[in-house]
Amino acid sequence: MNETNRRNERYNEYVKSVTPSTSTLKSLLNSFWIGGLTCLIGQIIFDLYKWIFPQLDATNITNFTSMTLISVAILFTGLGFYDVIARRGGAGSFLPITGFANAISSASLEFKTEGLIFGTSVKMFSVVGPVVVNGIFWSTVAGIIHLIISGLML
Amino acid sequence: MLENLLTYLIVFASGGLFCVIAQLLIIKTKLTPARILVIFLLSGIFLQAIGVYEPIYSVLKAGISVPIIGFGAALAKGAITYAHQFGFVGAFAGGLIQTAFGVGVAVVASFLVTLIFSPKSK
Repeated sequence: MNETNRRNERYNEYVKSVTPSTSTLKSLLNSFWIGGLTCLIGQIIFDLYKWIFPQLDATNITNFTSMTLISVAILFTGLGFYDVIARRGGAGSFLPITGFANAISSASLEFKTEGLIFGTSVKMFSVVGPVVVNGIFWSTVAGIIHLIISGLML
Repeated sequence: MLENLLTYLIVFASGGLFCVIAQLLIIKTKLTPARILVIFLLSGIFLQAIGVYEPIYSVLKAGISVPIIGFGAALAKGAITYAHQFGFVGAFAGGLIQTAFGVGVAVVASFLVTLIFSPKSK
């Protein structure tokens, strides 16, 4: 019994020693600059589109900006670049919309081996499902509350 | 020019700060990333529903719209705008209509990337 305890203790120490220790401060700093940079790139793309296509309205420019961010993030996922960012970025890499795109595409890619229908198509939303479901549910609640308040209920 | 530079600085700092808050939540509370995403999404919906998202957005710009908060705000904006326009039906359809383009691009691009590339062994 005593021997087992000692062995467990030694094992725990071993696990501790081989677990990569990223200091709290370093991970916070990484998520700050990676998240900040992603937002900055988004703003620069927005301003560029506004400058190139002055006839477009803000909604269209916003759409094209998110399309660019999402497409690039998904391409990076396919090429394996996004994993490199995600390993360092922590929340800085999953909180921006690029992380949302990465979560969809990496699930889609990962389950390719199980087939395009039962793998990719089924598992595509396995990570972002909670975001989509809660988003639709609570935004609908918000819409209905606004209807009730303004007295426009059918 | 100087004004633009200030905007970029605000975007970088505020976007980074939201991610730091999320990272702190991971470290301190052991919440999973999926839960944190939902928390930020709901805060975006809430901010939009009480009508303070737009004023914040006019200052922080991409600093708040690129994080998932912006996705929540877009969902709520759609639901509220279309509810006012089309009534009951609009409340259900609006969120999806507003975000359909982004989600559509994400699904189509993910499918294409899956067809082209193969999963990398980690």
